[in-house]
Amino acid sequence: MNSIQLRIWRGDDSSGQYHDYKTEVDDGMVVLDAVHKVQAEQAPDLAVRWNCKAGKCGSCSAEVNGMPRLMCMTRLNTLPTDAPITIEPIRAFPRVRDLVTDVSWNFRKKLTIKPFTPRKPDFPDGEFKMQQEDIERVQEHRKCIECFLCQNVCHVLRDHHKHDEFIGPRLLVYSAALELHPADTADRLKSLKDEHGAGYCNITKCCTVVCPEHIKITDNAIIPLKERIVDEYYDPLKVVLRVLGVRR
Amino acid sequence: MTDYQLHEHDVLVIGAGGAGLRAAIEASAMGVKVACVCKSLLGKAHTVMAEGGMAAALANVDDRDNWMVHFTDTMRGGQYLNNWRMAELHAKEAPARVRELEQWGAVFDRTKQGRILQRNFGGHRYPRLAHVGDRTGLEMIRTLQDHGIHRGIDFFMECTTIELLTDGGRVAGAVGYDRERGQFHAWLARAVVIATGGVGKAFKITSNSWEYTGDGQSLAYRVGADLMDMEFVQFHPTGMVWPPSVRGILVTEGVRGEGGRLLNNAGKRFMFDDIPDLYKNQVAKDVEEGWRYVIGDKNANRPPELLTRDHVARCINREVKEGRGSPHGGVFLDIAWIKGRQDANGKAIDSHYIERKLPSMYHQFKQLADIDITAVAMEVGPTTHYIMGGIKVDGDSQMSTTPGLFAAGEAAAGLHGANRLGGNSLSDLIVFGKRAGEYAAKFARDKGAVTLDQNQVQSAIRKALAPLERGASGENPYQVMYDLQATMQDLVGIVRVESEMARAIEEIAKLRKRAAGVGSGGDRTYNPGWHTCVDLENLLTVAESIARCAIERKESRGAQFREDYPAKDAEWGKYNLVTRRNADGSMKVEKAALTPMRDDLKKLVEEYK
Repeated sequence: MNSIQLRIWRGDDSSGQYHDYKTEVDDGMVVLDAVHKVQAEQAPDLAVRWNCKAGKCGSCSAEVNGMPRLMCMTRLNTLPTDAPITIEPIRAFPRVRDLVTDVSWNFRKKLTIKPFTPRKPDFPDGEFKMQQEDIERVQEHRKCIECFLCQNVCHVLRDHHKHDEFIGPRLLVYSAALELHPADTADRLKSLKDEHGAGYCNITKCCTVVCPEHIKITDNAIIPLKERIVDEYYDPLKVVLRVLGVRR
Repeated sequence: MTDYQLHEHDVLVIGAGGAGLRAAIEASAMGVKVACVCKSLLGKAHTVMAEGGMAAALANVDDRDNWMVHFTDTMRGGQYLNNWRMAELHAKEAPARVRELEQWGAVFDRTKQGRILQRNFGGHRYPRLAHVGDRTGLEMIRTLQDHGIHRGIDFFMECTTIELLTDGGRVAGAVGYDRERGQFHAWLARAVVIATGGVGKAFKITSNSWEYTGDGQSLAYRVGADLMDMEFVQFHPTGMVWPPSVRGILVTEGVRGEGGRLLNNAGKRFMFDDIPDLYKNQVAKDVEEGWRYVIGDKNANRPPELLTRDHVARCINREVKEGRGSPHGGVFLDIAWIKGRQDANGKAIDSHYIERKLPSMYHQFKQLADIDITAVAMEVGPTTHYIMGGIKVDGDSQMSTTPGLFAAGEAAAGLHGANRLGGNSLSDLIVFGKRAGEYAAKFARDKGAVTLDQNQVQSAIRKALAPLERGASGENPYQVMYDLQATMQDLVGIVRVESEMARAIEEIAKLRKRAAGVGSGGDRTYNPGWHTCVDLENLLTVAESIARCAIERKESRGAQFREDYPAKDAEWGKYNLVTRRNADGSMKVEKAALTPMRDDLKKLVEEYK
């Protein structure tokens, strides 16, 4: 047991401030354990969103000492103990209370993306014939646990608040998984270009850095989508053909 | 009078894990108006934690598999207390439900032929689990979520249901609050599907999150529905034991499916020492045969680590109790030993192979315990994982004993009997989630409208608000919850004895009194202290039911092990135990005779012995 100091932001969307708590911690504890301890012993109404406590559900996103992290996967012994540990809510979304933010925008925005639209199954029982090599990239993108840390650090959302024009890295990963699915038939490129703001991303790769699932968001999802869009809409020959009405 | 928002639907689904989402999708497909209320955000329910896979006799990897083998495996695993009709439907319908997920965008790992790959799991005769690495639950819940949001269902995220509404003898909806603002809601509905999952939070060491407080079981119990098989709580053999803060977090059975061996502190592979009679003909005689099974040799039998969970958990418990445990009170689970062996394609296995087969286990141990599982053994021990019991339902329709009230998934009882096979849970969710949704929609269409009883709504709200009125001067709800968890863990755990359980009943009665005086400061906005106060009654109800049934069943069978009755008793094999609420509010437990199995199924059980 040793004693640590937590500096937790408490308040709502209109106002708030940091509160200091001192608590005893055990070997191997993570930040979320310490927050729970404070909640159980000192501040029962301290609001924090969490579920699985194993890095699988993506509920407990926060900024720990300024770094966007899952609190359940951040061990206390990886943080300096000579200063208080600062814990704040993520910043790209409205604050509800204390560490909880209103992430419902992500759910609403997902609805604007064309869902999976399968071709006819290859086997009469309904299965597709797909080789493991051909789905590995899709599976990488489907590892996403929707913690929204990537959305949180994307400057287009965090600093420029382009929530109306840009869907952010999470939903670009979602789109990429659909676009790369061998059995999908829908075309999302036009909407990605026009409504979903794929062009806003200027490849700073902040999202990739914070992804707890280590998805190569920029390299494997966003850049391939951008390339497809460029190829489809900005290839001079294709532009001419489209003007002539030969292509849609 | 407290303000609340009123919503009207044909079908209300409570819960948005695999079963709830599947039920909502099906009901919606039947053309009725559907609401789905969930305690967390969409996609965060415990389904997301399922790792190993979903069992379905697709026969993609071993063509000897079919529904009949799956049916008999499930019955054997459940020690024949299962609702055989559910076991039959499950085995028959799981393949179509799994392939349907593929049609909805799920991307399962593939065989060389490009079909859905299947893996070995405890108690399944053939490789049967469709999977995606060790994150199958995430794949299922995301697929259902992303499909479901386009089906016109009204989702209410982060809403907790506190009471069911009734109209005459039938269910008429529910009352609840939303966490974000603490506003109350009433959902008026002609049929209700409960898909709220389990009760793990009644125990100290558990793989379950804060949500699993037995809400659905208790809501149903309070409106008079029967609960069944509540004594059967599954302790998953392999939870993490160190560091202390992660104690209980699940280590997938997939580790053993890929060849992981269990060792005691003397380095002995102790599982070979104790093979139950029911499985004598199905277990490898030595290490080499076990390994051949793992890499797909059809003539080999399974290694003993792949026996059913109840048995493996008890063996681990025994090793620890008799002083042969690991430093932190577990045993060793070693997957690193397979390095250098040849895989199914004759290639030598390296660290990378293990990392690819078990990516989230690799990261979980690396990040939470500083352990590289491709190099050293993990320390594991039993953790409360799942309850086989729950709301008693009709096998075909999933309707409970209360008209209009349906249940599916972990909240329902029947499919798994005295013990669930790994992999049968995810398939349970989609098979019976679909059925519950379908029959609830039919019920809603066929029966007339229900009317709202203001008194019921207001009395539910008053009850929920009481802890806030007591405020910070009331007792700390977390302390009452911890004390209940310790009571259940110590007195109604893996090894049970009458005297201890009788003490648990007394403790629960005392805790009930304390729960009546808990309070929380703060207001209704996202206030976890208040939420914990509200959840306590449900936890106490399921805890009492578990303890009473466990006392009543004077034998050891499946997940229930009684030190004072260590043998299986054929007479007890004829009954389920049903929990019901007496008119005065006290709890009654009674025996209910099993329905005799249909002759053709009986024949199958004999044939596949």
